[in-house]
This record gives sequence, C-alpha cells and structure tokens, in this order.
Amino acid sequence: MKNFWKYFLFLLVILVLLGGLIPPIVENPKSFFEFPLIRGLEDKARIIFFHVPTAWLTVLAYLIAMYYGIRYLKNKNIYDDMKSVSAAALGFLFCILATLTGSVWAKFTWGSFWHWDPRETSIFILLLIYGAYFALRSALEVEEKRARLSAIYSIIAFLTTPFFIFIMPRLMIGLHPGSLEIDPVTGQVKASANPVIKFEMAANMRVVFFISLIAFTILFFWLWNLSHRILKLEYENQKEI
Amino acid sequence: MKKIYYIFYKDFSSELRMRFAINALIMFVIVAVSTILFSLGSENAPQNVYAGMFWVVVFFSAMSGLSRTFVSEEERGTSLILSLIANPISIFLGKFLFNLVLIFFINSIITMLYMFLFQEFLIKNWMSFLLAFLLGNFGIAASSTIIAAIISKANVKGTLYPVLAFPVLLPLILMLIEITKSAMEGNPINDVEAEFLVLVSYDVIMITASILVFDIIWRD
Repeated sequence: MKNFWKYFLFLLVILVLLGGLIPPIVENPKSFFEFPLIRGLEDKARIIFFHVPTAWLTVLAYLIAMYYGIRYLKNKNIYDDMKSVSAAALGFLFCILATLTGSVWAKFTWGSFWHWDPRETSIFILLLIYGAYFALRSALEVEEKRARLSAIYSIIAFLTTPFFIFIMPRLMIGLHPGSLEIDPVTGQVKASANPVIKFEMAANMRVVFFISLIAFTILFFWLWNLSHRILKLEYENQKEI
Repeated sequence: MKKIYYIFYKDFSSELRMRFAINALIMFVIVAVSTILFSLGSENAPQNVYAGMFWVVVFFSAMSGLSRTFVSEEERGTSLILSLIANPISIFLGKFLFNLVLIFFINSIITMLYMFLFQEFLIKNWMSFLLAFLLGNFGIAASSTIIAAIISKANVKGTLYPVLAFPVLLPLILMLIEITKSAMEGNPINDVEAEFLVLVSYDVIMITASILVFDIIWRD
C-alpha cells in the first residue's frame, strides 16, 4: 500500500485524459458519453478540464506558501520556510502554465492572446507577486532574515488578492464567466449570463472536471512533498560539511 | 503619541536640513513630465490617457522617494538606536506620517504641473478628484512605507522597491485611474461609489496589516 497514492493518481490522470479528450461534443447529447454543445466554443470547451485546475493550484500553492510562512514566523523552524518556498516555486510553475494555456486558448476563441480582462489581469498580478517574492528572496543572504521577510511579503501581497479575485471582476467588463459584459442587444452593461459560472455544466462534464481537479491537487501535493524533502536533504548535507 | 511626533519631526528636520529627497524628487517629477511632453509632441492624446499618465508619474515618483525613510536608517546604521528609544508601532507611524507629508507635497506639485502643461488635463468634478487624491495618497504612503521597511534589510534596495510595491499598489492605482477618468468627464461622485469603497477598504486593510507585521520586520 506504500505506493497507493501514485497508482491512484495514475488512474485519475488516465481517466481525465480519456474523459476529457475522447467524448464527442454533440448538439443533443443522448448517452452519458457525449458532451453538450456550447455555441461558439465547440471542442474548445475542453479547456476547462486542464486550465481551471492549474489556476486553482496557483492560488492553492500561494495559500500554502503563506500558511507555512506564518508558521515560520511563529516558531522559527527553518523547515517551514522550505515548505513555503517549494510551494511558491510550484505555484509559480502552475501560474505560468495557467497563463500560457489561457492565452493560447484566448487566441483561438476571443481573437488575440491578451485582452486585459479582469481575470487575466489578476493572473498577471499573481505572476508578478511570485516574481517579486523570488526576487526578494535572492536579494537576502542570511537564511533567517530571508525566511522572515519573504513570509511577511507573502502576507502583504496576499491582502491585495481579494480585490482582484472578488471585486474587480464585478466592477469591470470582462470575458471570463462571472464578470460584467455588454449586452449585444441593448448595449447596456449587465451581469454575465454565461452558463459556466452558475455551474450549469452538464453532469458528465462536471464529473470529469472534479476528477481533474482532484488529480491535479494530488499531483501538486506529490511534487511539493518531493521538492521540500529535497531542500531539507540539501540543507542537512550542507550542515554536515 | 508623542514619540510618533518626535520621529516624524526628526525625519522632517533632517530632510529640511539636507533637502535630499525633496530636491531629487522634484527633479524626478520634472524629468518624467517633460518626457511625456516630448513623446506627445504637439499631438493631443485622448483624455483618459492623461488620467493614466498622471498616476504613472505619481507611482514612480513615490517609488523613487519613499524608500529613503528606512533605507537611510540602515545606511547610517541608526536603526538600532531608533529601536532602543521607541516602540515599533510609533516608529512605523512616525515614518508613515513623514511619507504621507512627502507624497502630498510631491503629488500636489505633479497635479499643478499637469494642469499647467496639459490643456486636456481638465478636472470637471473637483470634489471626487480631491477625495480620490486624499485616499490615494494615504494608501500609497501606507503600502510603500511597509515595503520600504522590508526592502531596507535587502541587498539591492533601489531596483527591488518598485518590483515589490507594484503588485501591492496596483488595485489602488487602477481604482484611482477610474475615478480620475470619471472626474475628468465631470460625472457625479455617485458613479464611482464602488471605486471609493474599494479605496477606503484598501487604506484600512493596508495600514492595519502594516502595523501588525512591522513589529516582526523591525526586530532583528
């Protein structure tokens, strides 16, 4: 049972790949293995199985990095800082992935790579925050000081995220589900009528989506576990020398 | 309370004596505004471009001037003495007050320069512009003081400061640009009520969080 999680993850990833890519998209789905058609999206709707989990992990990784940062500030245990920085490194990776997948998708659906839609702005800001976090870390040489100040910066930078995630999409016109949009008939600004945000996803799509979310999360925790253990070994090795 | 004033007074009088930050900042503002003037030439840009460029100049002049308060303490090696005579909260609030005065002064200069040099920079609703100006300066001073405290412990202070401060200040700057645009169009203040609520909550969150974490930064 030692490798249970790995086999489980393997199974889930296979399921997501098959379930996400194979079922045909038809206008009136009859069997369970057909996805409903969304006008204007067609096959491009499949991005939800891969793009949304990466974006979710970006945020989750940031929260974990901040949580361990706060724990470091409380008990000054350097291993907490290692957990924090490895979560942030993975978060940065997933942030880049979410930006790239979203941007390529936007090129084919919305017409250009970047639109400054509120969600795009917020992922860009998250990218900047991660970048600034690592820039700050590389500018501090003393281990203890580096751990302390980067933890504090992660807290302060976190305070701005509610503005980007919850407030701006509701104040500004955007393309992602859930933000304001211009009504094509009257020209008035109105709340989004997009089916995705109200979670009117078809039942079978929802199953694949949640399996994908779980699979990505397990993958993240596996990678995170490996990377902070590597950091710890390197640190202990250095101390012995 | 008295200590806050003393720390503010110490910074203020040493600033008056040396005029280091003020002179450099005024020159910076003039250079930045004239660069915009050169790049525009005799063309007229759309009005909302001026609203954006106004806050760009404000942001970068804050970035070049506001880090001095803490960086100079570290450079002169006086931060230890400072922490002996006052508790962290009053140090932070004293520095914050100094930065607030500095940024009010600089931003008033920028506003006057803009009104003088750009005919298109016409504020029609002064009420909402001034309110945004007040709240915006407060927020910029709060965030940049705490980032300056972080930066003063690092090795490369100058370049890191805007990098760290930009993501933190961006929600504020975006709201300020929106309000300035609406003030230039002469819309009533009710139109941008939501933006003002964001400004107020940002200011409150930032100043509270800064006071809470400053203690940890300051104690080495």
